[in-house]
Order: sequence, then C-alpha cells, then structure tokens
Amino acid sequence: MQITQEFDFFVIGGGSGGLAAAKQAASQGAKVGLADFVKPSPLGTKWGLGGTCVNVGCIPKKLMHFAALAGELRKDQVEAGWINTDMQGKHDWNRMTENVRNHIKKLNFQYKNQLNNQEVKYYNKLAELEKSNIVKLVDKDGGVEFIKSKFILIAVGGRPSYPEDIPEIEKKVITSDDLFWLPNNPGKTLIVGASYVALECGGFLNGLGYDSSIMVRSILLRGFDQQIAGKIEDYMVESGVKFINEAIPINIEVIENNRRLVTWKQKGVQHSDTFDTVLIATGRKSDTSKLNLERVGVKTNKNGKIICTIDDRTSVSNIYAIGDCVEGRPELTPTAIKCGQLLANRLFGGQKKMMCYQFIPTTVFTPLEYGCIGYSEEEAINKFTQNEIIIYHSIFKPLEWNLLESHYAQACMIKLIVMASTRRVIGLHYLGPNAGEVVQGYAVAMKLGATKEQFDATIGIHPTCSEEILTLTAVKGIDNPQKEGC
Amino acid sequence: MNPQYQYDIFVIGGGSGGLTVVDEAQKLGKRVGLADYIKPSPHGTQWGTGGTCPNVGCIPKKLMHMTALIGEIRHELTATGWQGVDPHSKNDWNILVNEVQRQVKGINKGNDDWLVTTNGITYYNKLGKLKDDHTVELIDKDGQSEFVTAEYIVIAVGSRPSFPTDIPNVKQLTITSDDLFSLKKAPGKTLVVGASYVALECAGFLTGLGYDVTVMVRSILLRGFDQEVAERIGEFMKIQGTKFIRGTIPSSIEDVDGKRLVKWVLNGQEQSEVFDTVLLAIGRSADTQNLGLEQVGVQTNKESGKIIANDADSTSVPNIFAIGDCVQGRLELTPTAIMCGKRLIKRLYCNGNQIMEYSDVSTTVFTPLEYGCVGYSEEAAIKKFGKENLKIFASEFTPLFWNFANRKGTCYAKLIVKKDDDVVIGFHYLGPDAAEVTQGFGVVIKLKAKKSDLDNVVGIHPSVAEELVQMQTWK
Repeated sequence: MQITQEFDFFVIGGGSGGLAAAKQAASQGAKVGLADFVKPSPLGTKWGLGGTCVNVGCIPKKLMHFAALAGELRKDQVEAGWINTDMQGKHDWNRMTENVRNHIKKLNFQYKNQLNNQEVKYYNKLAELEKSNIVKLVDKDGGVEFIKSKFILIAVGGRPSYPEDIPEIEKKVITSDDLFWLPNNPGKTLIVGASYVALECGGFLNGLGYDSSIMVRSILLRGFDQQIAGKIEDYMVESGVKFINEAIPINIEVIENNRRLVTWKQKGVQHSDTFDTVLIATGRKSDTSKLNLERVGVKTNKNGKIICTIDDRTSVSNIYAIGDCVEGRPELTPTAIKCGQLLANRLFGGQKKMMCYQFIPTTVFTPLEYGCIGYSEEEAINKFTQNEIIIYHSIFKPLEWNLLESHYAQACMIKLIVMASTRRVIGLHYLGPNAGEVVQGYAVAMKLGATKEQFDATIGIHPTCSEEILTLTAVKGIDNPQKEGC
Repeated sequence: MNPQYQYDIFVIGGGSGGLTVVDEAQKLGKRVGLADYIKPSPHGTQWGTGGTCPNVGCIPKKLMHMTALIGEIRHELTATGWQGVDPHSKNDWNILVNEVQRQVKGINKGNDDWLVTTNGITYYNKLGKLKDDHTVELIDKDGQSEFVTAEYIVIAVGSRPSFPTDIPNVKQLTITSDDLFSLKKAPGKTLVVGASYVALECAGFLTGLGYDVTVMVRSILLRGFDQEVAERIGEFMKIQGTKFIRGTIPSSIEDVDGKRLVKWVLNGQEQSEVFDTVLLAIGRSADTQNLGLEQVGVQTNKESGKIIANDADSTSVPNIFAIGDCVQGRLELTPTAIMCGKRLIKRLYCNGNQIMEYSDVSTTVFTPLEYGCVGYSEEAAIKKFGKENLKIFASEFTPLFWNFANRKGTCYAKLIVKKDDDVVIGFHYLGPDAAEVTQGFGVVIKLKAKKSDLDNVVGIHPSVAEELVQMQTWK
C-alpha cells in the first residue's frame, strides 16, 4: 500500500459541513485534503461538488419554490394594472431546470475555486476508511490510491431512503436526487411522504401547474408544531394540492407510456390511480454503509448514523464526524457549516468553542412558508406543562394579499410560546410570506433570552408582517386569534 | 369622570396617533370625542378617516411600491419558464389607482364603522380649534361652529406636505403625495423635487411602473440616514432608469400647454425641461396653523410650527397633550405615534409610568432596493464615538433569485460595532424584503446585543437575512 500524500486534516464529503471545515482548517494553516464523489442515484442522476444543499436540496428547492410563487403573482399583476400578463400561461419545465442547473454549476465551480485558492487538495474519488489514519480513494474507473491523515472528518451526509416493501421500487420512482434534474416535466405526480421535503416539492409542483397528490401515512411535519402543520395543509389544499391521508402505497407498477399505476391502502380499503411520476420523500438515511466504519471501529446506531460526542469526535479518537450523517444533529446546512468551522478552529486554531444546538431557526418553504425557533406547542406542553406557559396567537392578513380578494384570509398565523414565570419567549412560529427573512433576527433575540415585554417594547416597522410579532395580545385558550378592526 | 366636562378626553386629529388614543381611552370606559377633518389639498384632493398613513402615506405607498416590484418580477417569470408574460408591457395607471383606492376606502370604512358603533366615542367630521384650555371649537364644512368641553385634550393633527415659498403659483402647478395616490390621470414624464424618503420612494415606484422619472436633489440624499447606503440607493435607482439632477432646486415652474416647463440653474448655467407632472416632496410641515394654539398658550416652535411637548407629551398647557408628527423632536412614523398614544393613556388613567422612547427605532425606506435600519448611521456613530473606537462590518451580496434574470446591482449589509464592548449600535440592510429582515433585529439592537451574539446564531438557509449573522469582513 503506497501512501501518496500526508495531510493534517482529511475530509470525506464535500457538502456544506465538509467544505466549511476544510476551508476553515486550511485558513488556520493545516494541510487539508477533501474527497467528494457522488454515487449516482438508482436512475443515474449525478451532480458536482457542494453536497446535497447546493445540488439536490436547499438551492434548487428554493429556486423552484420561487418560480412557483412568482407564478402566483401573475394574478396580483393583473389586479394591479400590469397588462399582457396571461394568468393561464403554461410553465416550461425545461426552461426552468436549465436556469437552475446553470446556477448550480456556477456554485460547483465556485467551490472548486475556493478549495484551490485555499490550497485544499480536492479528490473526486469515493473514500473509505482503510485504517484509523489511512483513507482509500477509488476513482470512477476503479483506480486506487491511499492517503494518510492525522485527523479525518466524515461529512458524508445522507441520501433519500426508499420504502422496503415494494419490489424494485428504486427503478419505478424518483426522489429529490432526481427531481431537480428531470429532463422532462414530471406531469401528474404522486408524492409519498409527509416530511418538509414532501410538502415543499408537492407545493411547488402544484404551483408550477402540475397535478400533485401527497400521500401521508399519519401526521404532517413530524416534530414541528402540529397546529401550524394543519394550517400548512389547509393552505395547500386551497391551492389545489390533493392529500391522500392515512395511506401507504402497497404497489407501484410501470404501465404503458411509462406511467405508474399506484395501489394503496387507506383505512383498510384499497385504492389505485395512475400517475406520470411517483416521488418518494419518506426520509433520508445516513450515507455511511460503504465507508468501512466497522473495520476501523467507528460506532454507528442501527440507522447508520455515526455516534459522536459533543465535540464531534467518533469512537475513534482521531476521527470526527459532522452534519447529516451524525446521530442527533439537525439536518440543516447552516448548522453543519457552523459545526465544521468550530471544529476546525478547535483542532487547528487553539479555540474551545463548541456548537450550540439551542434556538436554531429554520424555515419550511411550503407554498405558505413557515419559520420557527425553539419549542413547538407540543414540545413546550410536554416539557413544562400547560400552567407554566402562555401561548399568544394571531391570525393576520399581509397587506400585499389585499391586492387580491381570493387569498385565503385566515391563512397566516403567528404563535409565541412564553414562560409564565420568566416571560422568556421560548417558541416562535410564523406562518406567512417571507418566513425566513422574518424569523432570522428573532433567533438572536431568543438566544439572548428576550422576554415578551422586550418584544412588545420594540417599535414595529409599518407596514410589515413581522410587526405583528411585536403586537400580540390574544392568549390562546382565552382570546380569539382573529384581529378585529383595522 | 369629571361631570364638569362633556368629554373625559377630546382628540383633534384621527390619524395613527389620534385613533390609538381614542381606542385606548374608550377601552377604559372613558367618554371620548374625536374631530377629524381633511382640509383639501390645493388640487382639492381629500380622503377619509385614518390620517396620513392609510390614506396618503405608508399604505398606498407600499401598495404602489409592491406593484412596481411585481412588475419587475415578470423578468424572473419568463426566466423561470412561465409563458404568456410580457416583461416590457405597461402598467395601467387607472387600474392601479382604483385598486389602491379600493384598499384605502376599505380601511376608511373599517375606521368609520368602528367610530360610529363603538360606545363611548363621539366622532365629528369637523375641523377642531382650541377655544380655551378645556374647550374645542368644531367647525363644519359650511363654517358652522359648535363647542365641546373636555378634561384632557390631545392634539394629533400630524403634518402636510410643504411648498417652497419662492415659486409663484407653485401649489397649482405641482402635486404632492397628498394627490399622487388618487391621481386621475397617469403622471407621465415626472420631475420629483426633493431627496427625502418620500421623494425617493415615489420616484422609485413611478420608474418601476414605467414612467420617465427625474429626481432633482438640492444636496444629499436621505438626510439623516447613513450616507453610504443613501448613495447606493441612488446608484441602484439609476440602474433602474431614474435620472438624477444633483445640486440644484427649481427656479421656476410654468404651465406650457398643460405641461410643466421647469427651469433651474446648475453650475452657473440655466437649464430647463418640460415634464407632464412635477411632484414636490421637499418635506412636511406640522398642521398647526388655525388651531388656536397661540390664543390658548400652547407653545410651538415658531419656525417649524411644531408643538413643544415634554417627555410626558404635555404641552405648555398642562391638560393639553400633543403626540405624533405635529410635535417637535418626534420621529415621523406611524408605529411611534401609536406606541406614544398607548403609553399616554396608560399614564393618564392606569398609573402607567412609561414614557415614549425614541432611540433604536427600526425603520425601512421602501425604495426600489429597500433599506432597513436600526440605530446609528456610520456618520452619527463616528461623530459620537470616534472612528478608532468602532469596527464596521460590511458585506455585498446577491439574493438567490436574482440569478434567474441576471439582475444588476448589489445588496449591502453593514453592522457598526463598538470595539470596547462589542455591542452592535448600527444595523443597515439594503436588499429585498428589508422591513421583514430588519424587524427582528430591532429587538436585538434594543437588547444591546453584541456582534458575537449575532455570529453565534445559525443562519436560515437560503435567505438574505442570514447575511447579517455571517459578517466577517470589516472596513
């Protein structure tokens, strides 16, 4: 076994976490290498450097979500006097995906440049652990080389999982790995799943004009505030998305014209329907199976997720792991990035700061967007009991929606969960336009322990949706959330 | 309740501040009187209850601004694959104005219904004038008077656009924001005179709606705001097609065949051009003339006409209070007038002790590239603390969706931090959805958060707001 290179820090996985850690370590003076290789999806879809977020996650998702929202604006344009907008105009899938692809390729190129500029050696090869300090790298033609590294970081992320009980399912369905690169429009689509991935995809596909159905086994957005999840569903139903609730697919067959015949069971009764596309979004699993973790002694849980201590160390002392592939971590790009940067600072910059997972803000980019920080109502009641918390709520209508009467007047909602004793705001839920932009600042406030009174003492910006968060008076259980008057 | 007076509290002016006082007082069971009357603009423009904000300010402004923005998005619509959209087609002014006025009248109706049906409120659509320290004269449109008495009087008359004094016939030859939002005919080729946020917001959306717009600026843009950001706003507006004439004011305006011939002097040379419309936005004056203030002894600033009130909003006559735009030293904003009104009533009737605070108030300028800010501008911070004691973080960025149609221009974020304690004293965001981005940070600045507190927070991805928690480079 010939060692071709020696590094201080070798990163396996060029996604959000891996790239951030590699660049930060290099900036601290470490000799860094990074291996990134995308195993094609079962349908052969591949992509470049940058990981899930850039290629098959956050970025293309948000671009398509934006395209769908922009389409909705056509009605508002006509109402506001813009002429020659055809509200019934069709959507050209290929035009959109070409633009999305171009942007992603730009990002792939930017990341390669950044690695180059920081002198991080980039291998477009599939890595596996040979020994605790030796990594085996295999290129697409099977060529092998070995490198040695003082520290190894595993940041391999996850890939979509498939239901196990339908024969040959991997060839009959697509996942988010394939959706954003689909060469032809998906047509009439069935989305199986109730995660934010399922709802976001179902949402924008419907918005782009495709007949969309979402098949849900039990609840929507498990882990998120369920009242808000219910309102997200209501809004999507108003928008034309069909929900098939309490159902699971039992068979998927390929039929003529390459369509899919799906059979499912709902409350004991069997149903079926035909679709052009079936999109599976039932969850993601950690991409650790081919890493040879067992041989080297890196412990994982039964779902393949790597078990790490609070300082990101695995059961092998010089091997670390961050991001989606680690047990107990939120599956988000910004947390992986921050975690990676802090780790590099600890390993090479003499710093001590650990990642903090409290009050991490997040946004679900469903047709009506949902931004949240801290406790859901269920989590708060579970942890603190009903007596110890006060929930403020409000239903509001954004000014812009007044341009068009048909916007669902009671769709938008704000909930603040406040500790009765300290008045600290421990949960913030905003369901409305521009949720990500609205919520970001409040995350800083909540981390600082801001109270309801401190929120209320802050003067609003008028007219906005966000100012509603600072003027909540209605208490859930006592007052109606509906605003009266002007 | 003092039976000596007809009303416990009488409010002159039914705008953001006045209506808040009326609402808060009636909720406590007080006998409330309100007089609201719109003196028509020189062109005869009038409007309903609610004051400047819903009628001729924030609300119609934002609706027109949003209309311009959604016109812009037609470029992204075609780039993202939507067919049947012509990004270059025109906006029909009459459809737009009808839609805006429909909204505005909806708000008027809501206010009117509430005023008429709520117990304890008596509403007069009459012009109020002080007779003595407990008496208000109410004059109707035919000049008939009646008199009412009250224990407390609150003056919340707001302001109206100002006119230059040196141009003959200026009121007939120009329009102001009082007229713009209900203009019967499209403004056409427009000259906007002024450099306030009113001027730039109007010029911005008029350009976005497809009109040929020029802004005439005497000296700087957005006086009082961060000048680096103000110049960037100007540059962005230029990219959008707005023309600027800097360093001068109109010397004359004449009617020529129904159009406006405007002359000015620039670098010693006289220049002129013909416009369809001249929109004046050079400032606003407190609407305190003919209020009877001098007779009753309520002191005003002689130059500006603004009423002088103390921290407790009390004028020189102890039972007469004044809030909102008509008061000296107040921020001319709806939310501050509202909060001021709420705190006033709490102090008068509920043993409240909170006075209004005007520091670190978040605000947003709805120019084509929006600008949200809280706290110190760079100039103000340098003046107060000294450049060497500050660290100024700055970052240019491009929102994700701008990539679709290759939008020109860049967004900008700036944080002004004190070196000694790391506290963020100035927040500046120039980009889309500025108000929504800025609002949460308004709470943060008031909490005297440190730069490290912002850096410790995980960003929401992808968003534009996350830029503010990832700022690493400083000037």
